[in-house]
Amino acid sequence: MLRDATINFDTTGTPPIAAGQAFAGKIMDDRKSAKPTPEAACEQTDWLVAVRDKRDKLAFARLYDHFSPRLKGMLVRSGMTQAAAEDVVQDVMLTIWRKAHLYDETRARASAWIYRIARNRQIDVIRRRPRPVPDELIAEAETRETREADAAIGLEQEAAQLREAIEALPEAQREIIERAYVGELTQAEIREATGLALGTIKSRIRLALEKLRHELRDLREE
Amino acid sequence: MTEITHHLPDWLVRSYATGSLGHAFSLVVAAHVSQCDECRARLEAEELAGGLVLDDLKGMAPSDDLRRRVFDGLDDDDVIVAEQPARAGIYPGAVVEAMGADSPRWRALGGGIKQAILSEDKEGSARLLYIPPGMAVPDHTHGGLELTLVLQGSFSDETGRFGVGDVEVANDDLDHTPIAGMEDVCICLAATDAPLKFKGLLPRLLQPIFRI
Ligand SMILES: [Zn+2]
Repeated sequence: MLRDATINFDTTGTPPIAAGQAFAGKIMDDRKSAKPTPEAACEQTDWLVAVRDKRDKLAFARLYDHFSPRLKGMLVRSGMTQAAAEDVVQDVMLTIWRKAHLYDETRARASAWIYRIARNRQIDVIRRRPRPVPDELIAEAETRETREADAAIGLEQEAAQLREAIEALPEAQREIIERAYVGELTQAEIREATGLALGTIKSRIRLALEKLRHELRDLREE
Repeated sequence: MTEITHHLPDWLVRSYATGSLGHAFSLVVAAHVSQCDECRARLEAEELAGGLVLDDLKGMAPSDDLRRRVFDGLDDDDVIVAEQPARAGIYPGAVVEAMGADSPRWRALGGGIKQAILSEDKEGSARLLYIPPGMAVPDHTHGGLELTLVLQGSFSDETGRFGVGDVEVANDDLDHTPIAGMEDVCICLAATDAPLKFKGLLPRLLQPIFRI
């Protein structure tokens, strides 16, 4: 039963696409009729878009109220003192405000983007050196508008399915997943543990990246 | 750019996303993802899962002082958000950051082979290797896991050919002899979670014990 919902990590470098799709396909069977609707969008993502596009301070306050306790909880659980965690939360919230123009809702939900910023900052602080991060693939505002508006909603639906899948896991499995993403597991423990099947989500983000590359190329050629 | 055929294993992408990976391996992940959209998508999928867990997490009330500090900071233009340097030639931004310059400070190892150590800590080390065409890549595993990312040229061994962007994941039980391709000097980013073998400055007894 564990096999149904999880896959083993391997070290061969082969992405477990087949396993991921089989897994997600099973969940999707029940919800084939679900069509993208604007209501399916995530309110945190809407807030972040409002911060990006309108420098909306009320939306920012909502993001703060939603994420700052969660970020603090996560950082304390992964080993920081409360004071150090609050310093990181402060930096994360100010980074959200200043880097909102880089946010691309067709590739990331607000919580995913904020999760990454928090990890980057936390690791900068605990290792006292900058965390190596991938070069940014920047979405220009004009290309973002030409990409399909429902890409974000599609991502939201994938997220809802993944959330259901996590909730359907046996308690012990769910706890391992939570501990891994909170940052309580070591590299060796993550290597030993089984992982979530993220194949269909990966494919969707991959598509968004392809579109972005395409648009950026067109822009450059103009 | 040629097609990347050798990608990061899942557990590495996930360990990076969750913040549990040491500096040397993180450098390889960041450098590979910089040029591989397949692994960028996998990393962003992991971050989506991380965001879901964050969203459902039982929080911890922040102090009133934190709220004040954050909202005071919004209009404070002195707050600087640190940026990683941009890519320089074949070197992704993360590598430029680790080099502390736009090009490596090479040190000769003999036979035309050079290296530039980028980082070394208790969790492992990372360095750049410069291998002239047709030369064997020095085998520097020391009982750990080794990741080798090609930044220029290529190398081949018993397991296949590795071109620009490809990453080889080798356990110490892999007995291989990689040879640089004839088309160009091969420049690789190599990271290991074991102490460096032929740096030779640290007495064996002082070398820390590692968890694999
Ligand atoms: Zn890849």
